[in-house]
Amino acid sequence: MVRVAVVRFPGSNCDEDARRGAEQSGAQAYFVWHRDTSLQGADLVVLPGGFSYGDYLRSGAIARFSPIMQAVQAHAAAGGGVVGICNGFQILCEAHLLPGALMRNAGLTFVSKPVDVMVERTDTVFTWAFDRKTPVRLPVAHGEGRFVADAETLARLEGEGQVVLRYLKSSPTTEGNPNGSSNDIAGICNAAGSIVGIMPHPERVVDPRLGSADGLLFMRSLAGVRALSGAAR
Amino acid sequence: MTYRVHVRVMPRAGLLDPQGQAVEHALSALGFAETRTVHVGRAVEIEVDAKSRDEAEARARLMCDRLLANPVTEDYQVEVEAD
Repeated sequence: MVRVAVVRFPGSNCDEDARRGAEQSGAQAYFVWHRDTSLQGADLVVLPGGFSYGDYLRSGAIARFSPIMQAVQAHAAAGGGVVGICNGFQILCEAHLLPGALMRNAGLTFVSKPVDVMVERTDTVFTWAFDRKTPVRLPVAHGEGRFVADAETLARLEGEGQVVLRYLKSSPTTEGNPNGSSNDIAGICNAAGSIVGIMPHPERVVDPRLGSADGLLFMRSLAGVRALSGAAR
Repeated sequence: MTYRVHVRVMPRAGLLDPQGQAVEHALSALGFAETRTVHVGRAVEIEVDAKSRDEAEARARLMCDRLLANPVTEDYQVEVEAD
């Protein structure tokens, strides 16, 4: 059974959603505290959403120095799967596990609404359960989700297929890119697909009774991470 | 010796600065028609123990590189108060 560690920082939210989503998809999912130093044999780590450390200084800037992040860095360096959702994505950028940065939304306001995104890359630890590029509707809830990177990094992300999720500009109902993100990027990964950061919250929509189950395949990807790492090796 | 260091972190020129734009609009609305551009950043004051001003500045720059500024989106200036 795949072991999924969900890291809790002071100010995390949707951590329980992520844990339950992974568990319901068949993983053995559990919490680790930001002061812990061990991931307890995790196959995959989830950095959940929220406002770790009150977003002081910059979103994710302080969480990066939590004791648990040393274990996450080591896990990532060894090829282990790491997924960051929303604040987790911000932390991954601050920790230099993913390139670029997430800045204040272009419209300045906190945006909380469903958005239509395209799953563009399906051979990652967070998307391998999708068998092809697929449009999904997921909620976003962030004030700092505008992805920026220098031109060279953006070209590399596009050229190497490291854009995992992209806001659908043409969406008639959700008005496309909600934050002014470069190239409409909603999520990226490292070259191997083992580290993924996305702004939308699939863990919030895993049951039709909650309005949508579009997030289910992300959770199933978490639970089946071994299938990918097995194939990659 | 204790030195007082002033760090100024600003959004990198050329990147969209919606906060600066919002303040710019507000100033114009207040009647400050002379306002051309506004950028909003952050100021950090640090008291550091160091053997010299140069050392205090060097350490503060390291603090900026490692934490206080995001190298992707921000630039910083460091000033050490006179002894």
